[in-house]
Amino acid sequence: MIEIVAETPRTRTLLLDVPGWPGHRAGQHVDVRLTAEDGYQAERSYSIASPPEEPRLSLTVERLTDGEVSPYLSEVLHAGDTLELRGPIGGYFVWDIPAGGPLLLVGGGSGIVPLMAILRHRNAVLGTAKERHRLPARLLYSSRRWDEVIYRDELARLAEEDPSLEVRHTLTREQPEGWTGFRRRIDREMLEEVAWPASEQPRVFVCGPTPLVETVSTTLVDLGHQPALVKTERFGPTGGAI
Amino acid sequence: MATFSRGFRGRRQSAETAGRLPPGQYETKDFPVLSAGPTPRTSLATWTFTLQGTNGQTARWTWDEFTALPRQTTTKDIHCVTKWSKFDTMWEGISIDTILSEAAAKGIQPAPFVLARCDGGYTTNVPLADLTGGKAWVAFMYNGAPLPPEHGGPARLLVPHLYFWKSAKWVRELRLMENDAPGFWESLGYHNYGDPWREQRYAGDE
Repeated sequence: MIEIVAETPRTRTLLLDVPGWPGHRAGQHVDVRLTAEDGYQAERSYSIASPPEEPRLSLTVERLTDGEVSPYLSEVLHAGDTLELRGPIGGYFVWDIPAGGPLLLVGGGSGIVPLMAILRHRNAVLGTAKERHRLPARLLYSSRRWDEVIYRDELARLAEEDPSLEVRHTLTREQPEGWTGFRRRIDREMLEEVAWPASEQPRVFVCGPTPLVETVSTTLVDLGHQPALVKTERFGPTGGAI
Repeated sequence: MATFSRGFRGRRQSAETAGRLPPGQYETKDFPVLSAGPTPRTSLATWTFTLQGTNGQTARWTWDEFTALPRQTTTKDIHCVTKWSKFDTMWEGISIDTILSEAAAKGIQPAPFVLARCDGGYTTNVPLADLTGGKAWVAFMYNGAPLPPEHGGPARLLVPHLYFWKSAKWVRELRLMENDAPGFWESLGYHNYGDPWREQRYAGDE
């Protein structure tokens, strides 16, 4: 554990030096295991935030109020500590350049983490404007408030430097003064405006709380996108009646 | 060998809970939804369930025919490979034993392996021995109500003693096979068998 970076009031990025790390693909995750002095163990999965090009592995952890592992990772752990992890894991929710584009990423809250790995990977590999324009990307990112937007400044910088990357935010609970962006949960109208038409066959990655992923993936299929091109990763409880 | 995590205490469960949790799991009172891709929507009017034998013979039921078969209710703990476990989940459906005995009347003989095939293209493989003897069902009711689409409705395979990715959502067919063949997650790095009590999450786990 090399360094901890505060991203938002409730999220931290852990930068790790992992000897013997075999490399990974954007979108994969690791399993983290914590062991207490008496041998009690807890395991959880965390998406890898860093692209394969970065030598240090980074995980961005959101502190869940009644979490068992996330409060430890975001508050107790400090530089110099060791963390036991296993990975990389996952062969489905992954994207690399050969998968092509256009690329549509839709995220909510901490669902941005694997999507950020994908954007960072795209940025690291596609060096010229020509390459980037051949594989354009759009991110639609839902957060509650402006100060809860993870990677906010980096996303702004990436979009500014790369005209083939478009980043659109929606803030669902509170918006800063003068806000001209979306101010509601992602819905069909928003997706019709932001997403490429189905005829362009974008590779779609949706990640976040289940209700958001359900709405977005169902709507995209209704709009004509092939289900096989809409990859989903759902975090957290169902939020439904069950 | 475990690395000790400085300062980690964790949340201790009661002895009763701890005994029911397989290694690496935690209890949830929610019912998380995890699926590879969008939720398929299938009309009951066109839904069929098929059992296919190795000789190509099939037994097929429409929704009305299937749900008229003798049903069972069962209450089980379920364990997801993403680490959550949920206790005392209540299901209603048709036991695989019932399906096999109905299919035997059509000349379909058992074979050692089964591939479950589902709307949306999902597949998973299970040895037949893990589906018989009261261990598995095709379930269409959860908690006394029709199984919702996000949780696999109209019907899903239910094999509670294995990690829940084996309880294939939106199941439409069980195909008997002489040889084992990996399904969707099994082909993407997950364990071929998936016993939560031996923590067989990923390929290569003992």
